Amino acid sequence: MITFIVRRLLLGLFTVWLISMLAFAIIQLPPGDFVDSYIANLAAGGAAVSADEANAMRKLYGMGQPIYVQYGKWIVRVVVGDFGESMEWRRPVSEVIGDRIWLTLLLSFAALLVTWGLALPIGIFSAVRQYSVADYIFTLVGFIGIAVPNFLLALIILYAAFRYLGLSVGGLFSAEYALAPWTWDKVKDLSWHLPLPAMILALSGTAQLIRIMRANLLDELRKPYVVTARAKGLSELRTVLKYPVRAALNPFASNIAYLFPYLVSGSIIISIVLGLPTVGPLLVRALIAQDVYLGGAIVLLLGVLTVIGTFISDLVLMWVDPRLRHQMD
Amino acid sequence: MFGMFKSRPQLSQAERFAQATQLQLTWWRFRKHRVAMVSGVIVALFYLVALSADFLATTDPHATDSRTSYIAPQPVHFFEDDGSFRPYVNGLKGVRDPKTFKIVYTPDPQRHVQVDFLAPGYPYTFLGISMTTHLFALRNPERGDGIFILGTDQLGRDIWSRLMVATRVSLTIGLVGVSISLFLGVLLGGVSAFYGGMVDTVIQRVIEVIRSMPTIPLWLGLAAALPNDWSVTQVYFSITVIISLLAWTDLARVVRGKFLALREEEFVMAAELAGASSGRIIFRHMLPSFLSHIIAAVSLALPAMIISETSLSFLGLGLRPPAISWGILLQDAQSIQSLALAPWLLSAAVPVILVILAFNFLGDGLRDAADPYG
Repeated sequence: MITFIVRRLLLGLFTVWLISMLAFAIIQLPPGDFVDSYIANLAAGGAAVSADEANAMRKLYGMGQPIYVQYGKWIVRVVVGDFGESMEWRRPVSEVIGDRIWLTLLLSFAALLVTWGLALPIGIFSAVRQYSVADYIFTLVGFIGIAVPNFLLALIILYAAFRYLGLSVGGLFSAEYALAPWTWDKVKDLSWHLPLPAMILALSGTAQLIRIMRANLLDELRKPYVVTARAKGLSELRTVLKYPVRAALNPFASNIAYLFPYLVSGSIIISIVLGLPTVGPLLVRALIAQDVYLGGAIVLLLGVLTVIGTFISDLVLMWVDPRLRHQMD
Repeated sequence: MFGMFKSRPQLSQAERFAQATQLQLTWWRFRKHRVAMVSGVIVALFYLVALSADFLATTDPHATDSRTSYIAPQPVHFFEDDGSFRPYVNGLKGVRDPKTFKIVYTPDPQRHVQVDFLAPGYPYTFLGISMTTHLFALRNPERGDGIFILGTDQLGRDIWSRLMVATRVSLTIGLVGVSISLFLGVLLGGVSAFYGGMVDTVIQRVIEVIRSMPTIPLWLGLAAALPNDWSVTQVYFSITVIISLLAWTDLARVVRGKFLALREEEFVMAAELAGASSGRIIFRHMLPSFLSHIIAAVSLALPAMIISETSLSFLGLGLRPPAISWGILLQDAQSIQSLALAPWLLSAAVPVILVILAFNFLGDGLRDAADPYG
């Protein structure tokens, strides 16, 4: 089990390294020199930059040196939390990102909880009451969840709420809390706004997990040991929950490791539709405006946090499922 | 079952079953799956639309006209007032807004512009042949007249026509992308299973790494790095490659899994004992057995591709105008302001949802059918 954790950890570090290379590529790929564009941008705003200052900045970023030196300088500064300057906002990248990265994680994590919380009971119910009206309804909802990309769902809900209820459902905060410092009231306000986007984000993952859970449990329920349990007079609830459900969880569990990256990914796009203050809108704007350090930092942060999230969910699963633990040895 | 009553001696059900090839068995099983059959037909129709997009379009999808900005969907009337069959649409008339003095164009119920079938319209090329024939077109249209079945966008472009062309772009991106993914997946999955050992470990780890990364930020980052001055075609292919580079892992897993399972089968050992070369074993004996699985995996990978392209273009980092795709059409519907003003902008959502649903049912049906003995 220790070897498994170590292996996961190493793989995670490798992934982080790969993501950092990709993030650096995103910074480097646009044509032109960042310092030149930054100074041109400043000059357009009326600020003058002397040649000395420009050279100092060039040296800081390692411009003109081999690419691996530039990467090295960048990664060293990133490790101590300096992500460079945002061209568009003219502020340090870390300041621009601020709370947004945590709100992104919060949204993704909330969606993860919704997925688990809904898929498990509904999956069990659909299998136990196969071909019941509720099973058909859940199957239908499930197919909608798979077929409707979440940004389209967000758009449709946004439009429907506006058209039929006269509501504006976007955002994570009410207007008065949007820029306010953190207080209990703000947290309460957030918890009021979070469920809808979390559910929109969770729908397609939930739909897939319900189908997997239902199919697995149906396979288990047809096995002779279930008949034995029933013949011995176990209550229906105990018959189902004691062994078949636990046995059916295994493939369900292995899929969850890929759910978190998927949710983080999806949060970007629904944040734009629903106007959520996550890193999503920031990332897209930064990429369109070629604000390279901001874009690169967001890609890197999302990647690293996803790897950490996945690692934690692996550990939790190992703790929950003894078979997984033994399988790894 | 009617075979039993025929006079000539026919093969019994069991004999036919025993003689059938893998693909035949798959097809028989697939035919029983009604929903999947219907979905297959829908998918085929979509590709037919993609092929004949320009023929089905009514107006040049790129032509802008300030008069026709945000015209609501207009029905085609099939019968004239006197009851005779002469399809027509209402022409537009300019009315001065009493408050803003701006001229607003609205349908004029008095003016009937006749619609002809198989009539000449804007020129296009079909398989390299220049053509002007469209399924339907207006007879003697005045400037600003058009058949706006699904309304128009802000720039006055006909959404129906744009939707037709977008269908072609979005569906072919799916096909091209899946082909690249399929190539990578079969190659790497096959190599992984065939050689095993270190090679297998490395490829499996790479797959795990790719799967544990959030894809949209990476796609966005790579797509944003494409030079601005690239042509529509260059961007089209680059986006396709970017999407497929992260999407081959599922196919590789399917191929590897099937390959490993089949390697243990008796018929493979029999072929080995009979002295068949490994190339012959792979292509003659193993490939036909998992071909249907690959087809199923592909038809499940296609909708994912289509969603990816639609998402990227929707965010403004995929295909770029003047290219037209479903994502680009939906980009117009991004803000609640424009949706409130022109809800018909959301009409591109319908084919997206329909085709993804159809592909999913089709893929499910194929996957079930791919195990003819199961």
